[in-house]
Amino acid sequence: MRGMVLVSHSEDIVKGLFKLLKEITKNTPITLGGGLEEGLIGTTFDRVLKAVEDNPAEEIYIFYDLGSAKMNIEMVMESSDKTLHLIHAALVEGAFVAATLLEAGVNHENIMRQLNPLIVK
Amino acid sequence: MLTLTNAQHWMAQFFKEIIQHKEHLSDLDNPIGDGDHGINMARGVEACQEALAAKDVESLNDLFKTIAMTLLSKVGGASGPLYGSVFLAFAKATLDLDTLDKNQIITLFEEGKTALMNRGKATVGEKTMVDVWVPFTEHLKSGSLTQNDVDAWVVATGPLKATKGRAAYLGERSIGHIDPGSFSSGLLFKTFLDLGAF
Repeated sequence: MRGMVLVSHSEDIVKGLFKLLKEITKNTPITLGGGLEEGLIGTTFDRVLKAVEDNPAEEIYIFYDLGSAKMNIEMVMESSDKTLHLIHAALVEGAFVAATLLEAGVNHENIMRQLNPLIVK
Repeated sequence: MLTLTNAQHWMAQFFKEIIQHKEHLSDLDNPIGDGDHGINMARGVEACQEALAAKDVESLNDLFKTIAMTLLSKVGGASGPLYGSVFLAFAKATLDLDTLDKNQIITLFEEGKTALMNRGKATVGEKTMVDVWVPFTEHLKSGSLTQNDVDAWVVATGPLKATKGRAAYLGERSIGHIDPGSFSSGLLFKTFLDLGAF
């Protein structure tokens, strides 16, 4: 199974994006690693790790917003056995494209090809 | 020589200094970042104080590992994974060691610096913590090092133009502001020098 993890400094951003993606996905598991405790802004290794572990998929596409989110994701990638693809695309557009294609069963190579024009970081 | 006892004292002093400079660290971060370096670091080190008080720290490795994992889960900003990586490297460098001699202390900081640079992908001159970590580790090797040297490296980040981290968005406008991460790393180094362990 393939899934997605959404990481943002704001819990509200990933919650909103999750709602948007749920409009177009039924079978793709999506888990969230956004914000800090008590609604504070930021990202942590722990929250990203939990989102990866809680996701039932073995292969996961990870989308993020800013640089420090990326560093936490990279640390998780070093400590997880799952196949994790870190996608440097614009968060909303990239996640939307990936969700559409994952739901349609498109292969990895074609997903990456379609994400390529959206890479911004 | 670094022992568990003086390393615990070093870390306790570092935490105190961070909390004491909380406002100043955030003030430094305001014009060139998001103004939360002091708040983030203070939250992280306060959680470290609690985590360490709640357990019997058994070894240098245990000390640094506990700090790394706590900072990773609590800091929230870029300094979380950056300092988290540094202290994980410290934990690795002290695995199965009860004490560190001079050469092992040099290795400790070298490993920390390498982990930091790998994580942040920054090099010298980009107005980041690397700009104090690199001269500090070099001077450790040559053996001459004072508090004033550390202060000078921190201040020297002011005229640099940021090309990494959030300050890089500001380009030229980042010039003239001291890098907050360099200031907090300076506190780590100065509290270490205070120990007289080197």
